[in-house]
Amino acid sequence: MVKFPNGFSRRTVLKGGAALTGAAMAPTVFVRHAFGAEFRNNPGSNATVPFGFNVPQTGAYADEGADELRAYQLAVKHINGEGDGGMLNTMTPKALKGNGILGKKVTYVTGDTQTKSDAARASARRMIEKDGVIMYSGGSSSGVAIAQQSLAQEMGIVFMCGLTHSNDTTGKDKRRYGFRHFFNAYMSGAALGPVLEKEMGADRRAYHLTADYTWGWTQEESIKNTTEGLGWETVAAVKTPLGAGDFSQYITPVLNSGADVLILNHYGKDMVNSLTQAVQFGLRDKQANGKNFEIVVPLFSRLMAQGAGENIKGILGSTNWNWSLQDAGSQAFVKSFGQEYGFPPSQAAHTCYVQALLYANACETAGTFYPPEVIKALEGFEFDGMGNGKTLYRAEDHQCFKDVLVVRGNQNPTSQFDLLEVVQEVPRSQVEYDPSIFGGELGPYEA
Amino acid sequence: MDAILLQILNGLDKGGAYALIALGLTLIFGTLGVVNFAHGALFMLGAFCAVSLQQLLTLSKRIKDESVTFFDAYKEVPYLKIWFGDFGDTIIDYSVPLAIILAIPVMLLIGLAMERGLIRFFYKRSHAEQILVTFGLAIVLQEIIKAIFGANPIPQPPPDVVAGSADIGLLFGLGQGVVYPWWRLVYLAFSLVVIGLVFAFLQFTTFGMVVRAGMQDRETVGLLGINIERRFTIVFGIAAVVAGLAGVMYTPILPPDYHMGMDFLVLSFVVVVVGGMGSLPGAVTAGFLLGILQSFASMTEVKAIIPGIDQIIIYLVAVVILLVRPRGLLGRKGVMES
Repeated sequence: MVKFPNGFSRRTVLKGGAALTGAAMAPTVFVRHAFGAEFRNNPGSNATVPFGFNVPQTGAYADEGADELRAYQLAVKHINGEGDGGMLNTMTPKALKGNGILGKKVTYVTGDTQTKSDAARASARRMIEKDGVIMYSGGSSSGVAIAQQSLAQEMGIVFMCGLTHSNDTTGKDKRRYGFRHFFNAYMSGAALGPVLEKEMGADRRAYHLTADYTWGWTQEESIKNTTEGLGWETVAAVKTPLGAGDFSQYITPVLNSGADVLILNHYGKDMVNSLTQAVQFGLRDKQANGKNFEIVVPLFSRLMAQGAGENIKGILGSTNWNWSLQDAGSQAFVKSFGQEYGFPPSQAAHTCYVQALLYANACETAGTFYPPEVIKALEGFEFDGMGNGKTLYRAEDHQCFKDVLVVRGNQNPTSQFDLLEVVQEVPRSQVEYDPSIFGGELGPYEA
Repeated sequence: MDAILLQILNGLDKGGAYALIALGLTLIFGTLGVVNFAHGALFMLGAFCAVSLQQLLTLSKRIKDESVTFFDAYKEVPYLKIWFGDFGDTIIDYSVPLAIILAIPVMLLIGLAMERGLIRFFYKRSHAEQILVTFGLAIVLQEIIKAIFGANPIPQPPPDVVAGSADIGLLFGLGQGVVYPWWRLVYLAFSLVVIGLVFAFLQFTTFGMVVRAGMQDRETVGLLGINIERRFTIVFGIAAVVAGLAGVMYTPILPPDYHMGMDFLVLSFVVVVVGGMGSLPGAVTAGFLLGILQSFASMTEVKAIIPGIDQIIIYLVAVVILLVRPRGLLGRKGVMES
């Protein structure tokens, strides 16, 4: 028998080798959570796991970003079992136990997207490479969300989109590592259509002013499809530069265009400015084609309504969520948020809060932080108790489907926060669509 | 015809703002030789004088809002309303015009402090260094405003009496139904009055005569024993007041936010270059001209021929002017031509 100088025999070495080979070849399906021990930012035996919250802290959407950050901080508290638990008390089904995720406390780092794709990607990359985040999230611009989602796929870290409304986010630019809870332009159109028909009739002539970037284009397309389906005629669709400030030169042609409805495909500051100026030009008091002239803002938010002041009153639009909803989940969230900060959350805050909880729950369900398994836990996940009724995270495009709210600027607000009146909660079935209509490929599970 | 009239009015209105900012820029460049990239920030600070006054006038008593049941919320009732009833409401309604009274001393002080505290140290430095430092100052000022007032636009409604639209069709013989916002007409009239006052001040006062002489030949005026430096410092303050007043009155048109100065700065510089660096009539003429051109370029009919022309028209004109007449429309011979 050959004996090695250190005392091992050849037989011992062969036995050891065979055992190792056998272990390596054993089917891992019998061993729960044995998949991919090594993946980027695996928290391993760490006691904590970091999330990255990449929101606009400077720039035009800084106030919305601040509200998102408040919601994320509240979500982390609730996941870690602090505070009153918020929506964790109403969410079903739920794997989270209120002790962090898989026994690890959640921490977080923050970044500033500046509402610029390059800055957002740089900030996200820093979070992933330097801070070791296991997931990152944030929003307020579709262009920025799409850029971050594509980085998520490259880096193998899940990105839970914040506020992004373009069809492209879960359409042609969808990614396996990106998930959107917020609704999209198609759903806005589908939800608004019947209400517009009921309130304004089927014989209308619409004039669009559209923010000249991905979100504006997809929203204009979706609303046009809807209104033309109702029998409305589109008189003109004019692109306006982002951040134009003074829209008077775009509004005056509306006056003599023969249109009787102005559709403002603007968001944030642009929407506040264009709506204010449209009202100043007397459009709301105008008669055209024997009808009252109407203004429609397909995507509303309470923060924007504050900026537009009196001008928002009576204007129709759609929103993802509103704090006045009476379901148990919404009330639990509003109560937690209100007690923490002294005012109700915005729709951006709601979507971000829910996204953080959903990701945490998916990890707990999967029993691992390994991204492909977490993604599978999110895909097709159907849940309730988080506002907007029963909600599905559709596996085919990572788009959430839930009830959509058609709202109107409140004519008689009962409080300083009561800016939007819910006209109709449009059921989920009415805003669903075939995922193939927007194209795109999710890409592989393994980044 | 009415579409053309409305676009001319839009152009004049926008041009009024450009002209007021460009007038201040030109005054500073003509007197002190400084390229002031913080001038847009002065426009923004003026607008926030209006916001500050509105917030001051609407200082409120917090009363528990019983309609919010989810959490402890409070609604605010302005003290002016509690103390003076309807008269208090009227004062609040006129907050924008009243802000002019506040803005004049505040902007004068800001202008003087800016010139004495920072700008004067850069008189003998290159234009590039002046641009860098004033641009940096503009960023600092806007970040301070954002820290105090937030990033969202803050609506500033005009007084109720001029909140609606004027039926200008009858005035121009175009029949009923051609309307234009009252406040924009007020703004146009206001900008013309301010421009007139600045020109009258420079033309018909001894101070103005000395300043004009200093703009022509600083050394000779100095040799006559006149403290031209001090007068130029005051001119900087006046330019700040003009920009500030333009900002105050613009707030009902464009709800102010911290970034509004930057949005106007670049365009105003183009206005100055097109009008002629250092030429006051040039700045005013170019302001109105470019405002009108920009409005016409936004017309659907024009955009159908040249798509996107509305976004480049001003820069296109600037390029042509710089190629054909580098000193600008009414610029002095030799300036910017070397």
